[in-house]
Amino acid sequence: MTAVPHVLPYLVAVWVFLAGAYGLATSRNLIHAVGCLSVCQAATYVLLLAVGYRDGATAPVFSDVEPGTRPVVDPVVQALALTDVVVGATVTALLLALVVQVAKRHGTVDPDELTELRG
Amino acid sequence: MNPRTRLWLVATGGAGLAALLVAACLRLPRFGGDRHPYGDRAVHASLERHTANTVASVNFDQRAFDTLGEMTILFAAVLGCVVLLRQTRDEHRAHPEPADVARPVRRYALLVLPVALLTGLYVVAHGQLSPGGGFQGGVVAATALHVLYLGADYRALERVRPVGAYEVGDALATSAYLVTGVAGLIGGTAFLANTLLPYGTFNTLSSGGTVPLLNAAVGMEVACAVVVLLAGFLDQAVEIVDEGEDDDRAGDGHHHEERGK
Amino acid sequence: MGEAVIVVALLLVAVSATAAVAVRDPVRQSLVLAVLGVVLAVLFTVLQAPDVALSQLAVGSALTPLLLLLTVRKVKRRGRRRRENEP
Repeated sequence: MTAVPHVLPYLVAVWVFLAGAYGLATSRNLIHAVGCLSVCQAATYVLLLAVGYRDGATAPVFSDVEPGTRPVVDPVVQALALTDVVVGATVTALLLALVVQVAKRHGTVDPDELTELRG
Repeated sequence: MNPRTRLWLVATGGAGLAALLVAACLRLPRFGGDRHPYGDRAVHASLERHTANTVASVNFDQRAFDTLGEMTILFAAVLGCVVLLRQTRDEHRAHPEPADVARPVRRYALLVLPVALLTGLYVVAHGQLSPGGGFQGGVVAATALHVLYLGADYRALERVRPVGAYEVGDALATSAYLVTGVAGLIGGTAFLANTLLPYGTFNTLSSGGTVPLLNAAVGMEVACAVVVLLAGFLDQAVEIVDEGEDDDRAGDGHHHEERGK
Repeated sequence: MGEAVIVVALLLVAVSATAAVAVRDPVRQSLVLAVLGVVLAVLFTVLQAPDVALSQLAVGSALTPLLLLLTVRKVKRRGRRRRENEP
């Protein structure tokens, strides 16, 4: 085994996060920006689960595995990621509701046009 | 700020952040390593309390207080959506026409609906045993309900989905979680401590003490929350129009186009 | 063997996440996000996290894209009316 695959999952998480952040900063449409934010969120799940992985281990569920017979991966990081997937989706919905309101009030979802409106 | 300056700023900041993150990655524990002290302890505690799915044990027993926080975020987000997406004074409701649905689509949708709904409920009920639980099953059950929109039409969906009832259900589920926590306190130990009920036989539905109860409360909250959220957005997209918005002809054509997807 | 599957899934995640950012039209983006959701679910499964995979599958491939599409529809309808009134 070379050293590369051992940092690859972390680097993928970094790449996904930076890609999402770039999209957020350059987006011309608030709906697109919210989509980019959910890409950023995905990066955190990749990082968390990569930290908890263990070579040759199985899922931390003992309904069909005799306890103690096989190593299991870390359940703590899985629990963190799992709740955030669902809670994050509702927060995305809140942001989209804000976008709908912005569209109603100002008739545009382009952040640059919104900045001009303020003056 | 003009776009050029902004791009320059993003590039500099991004490059700096990338360098720092990569440097951090190189010093993280090796991927697939064998040292997981917290994980090992969590597995040990979970087996001691007869919970087969250790992830459910972490969520609803060892870190139940943290899950209470997550639930509060979820509840607040749904509350915010309901407030933001309400019908304002200058808007009115356009009643969508009953739509014709192709026979095969209707048949398969009505076939899939009960199966998907049941799968969601199964996933909630077996949260402490097999992969799944309140968070996942709630989403599955709530989205399953919306297959009715594909198979029949919007009015049929509205009939099985009184939004008010689901809003009440959401609040009730959140309180149920709190009440279970307080019961632990009254029972003599600590808030949300899993000491109230017997741990039961390992790998059966009633095992895990309060884990199944909290799991069910979360399942109900998530299912109600998703139904309320989707109702808000569907109302905005399909029904609520304001003065002069093109509601009938063009909107209807669009309607069919989107349903085809 | 297991290692290879993980590497492939990771690369697929990186590619589809980049695509989800690069696609500027929100309707197309929501479809790419649905693909990203499925690919993430596959990655989580091979990382031995079936619980997370299940919730990612339900949320990422159905709920989030649906919410995005509904928002696009609402906003577009308003935009069209505005353009008609302006001239």
